[in-house]
Amino acid sequence: MKITNEMKLTLLSRSVNESMARTAVAAFAAQLDPTLDELGDLKTAVSEAVTNCIVHAYPNGLGRVLITSKIYDNEVIEVIVRDTGCGIPDIERARQTLFTTGGPERSGMGFTIMDSFMDTLRVRSVVGKGTTVTMRKRLNVRYRSAQR
Amino acid sequence: MKLSYTKSNDSLTVSITGEIDHHTAQSLLSSLSALLDTQHPLSIVLDFSGVGFMDSSGIAVILNCYRRMKELGGRLEVVSVANQARRVLAAAGLEKFLKISYT
Repeated sequence: MKITNEMKLTLLSRSVNESMARTAVAAFAAQLDPTLDELGDLKTAVSEAVTNCIVHAYPNGLGRVLITSKIYDNEVIEVIVRDTGCGIPDIERARQTLFTTGGPERSGMGFTIMDSFMDTLRVRSVVGKGTTVTMRKRLNVRYRSAQR
Repeated sequence: MKLSYTKSNDSLTVSITGEIDHHTAQSLLSSLSALLDTQHPLSIVLDFSGVGFMDSSGIAVILNCYRRMKELGGRLEVVSVANQARRVLAAAGLEKFLKISYT
């Protein structure tokens, strides 16, 4: 796969930036002419990943959230959400449905939604150093329909 | 995030306008909780026709409201849910035990 376009965005881990993060990635993805469902799935997954950084990575203050998005020549969009926060001690447990260490406004569905709304999800984390979430989705419903 | 409500007999209809994410969910939870404390409805309808986006924070908001109504012996219904939010609710399986209608 060859990268045809790329964007990078760095945000402080303020919750007000969640909306900006998902909107920026959706605007970047728009060049692939996604359907509304595809765009909604992408925005939701990005929102979950960025929220995880804000809620869990920097529990005692602010840190940086780095978002990289790449478009490949086969209509795949990749989103990498990275923090340099506290890390996840047990990734398998964190990915379990309904598991949360957050407050009442958290449902423990974040990773489940990222998993089901994107084609692939990879989570890498080192305690004390940070977490990187890499997600990919092929946005080619319209393209495939046109080929039929 | 805007919230408005109408009350008819013991039924409360709450219209939510805006995007529900972690940033807005805490104030939404507080507002809904205050409404339940002051209005004491027997049934509550959450009107999602003005919700343009919802992530899993919306699931937590609905589940909190559902638990409160269950404690009070009341009912909860979610109406006019758009497709993006429908997919989030479906991923969480809320349709299995909640009355939800879609746009």
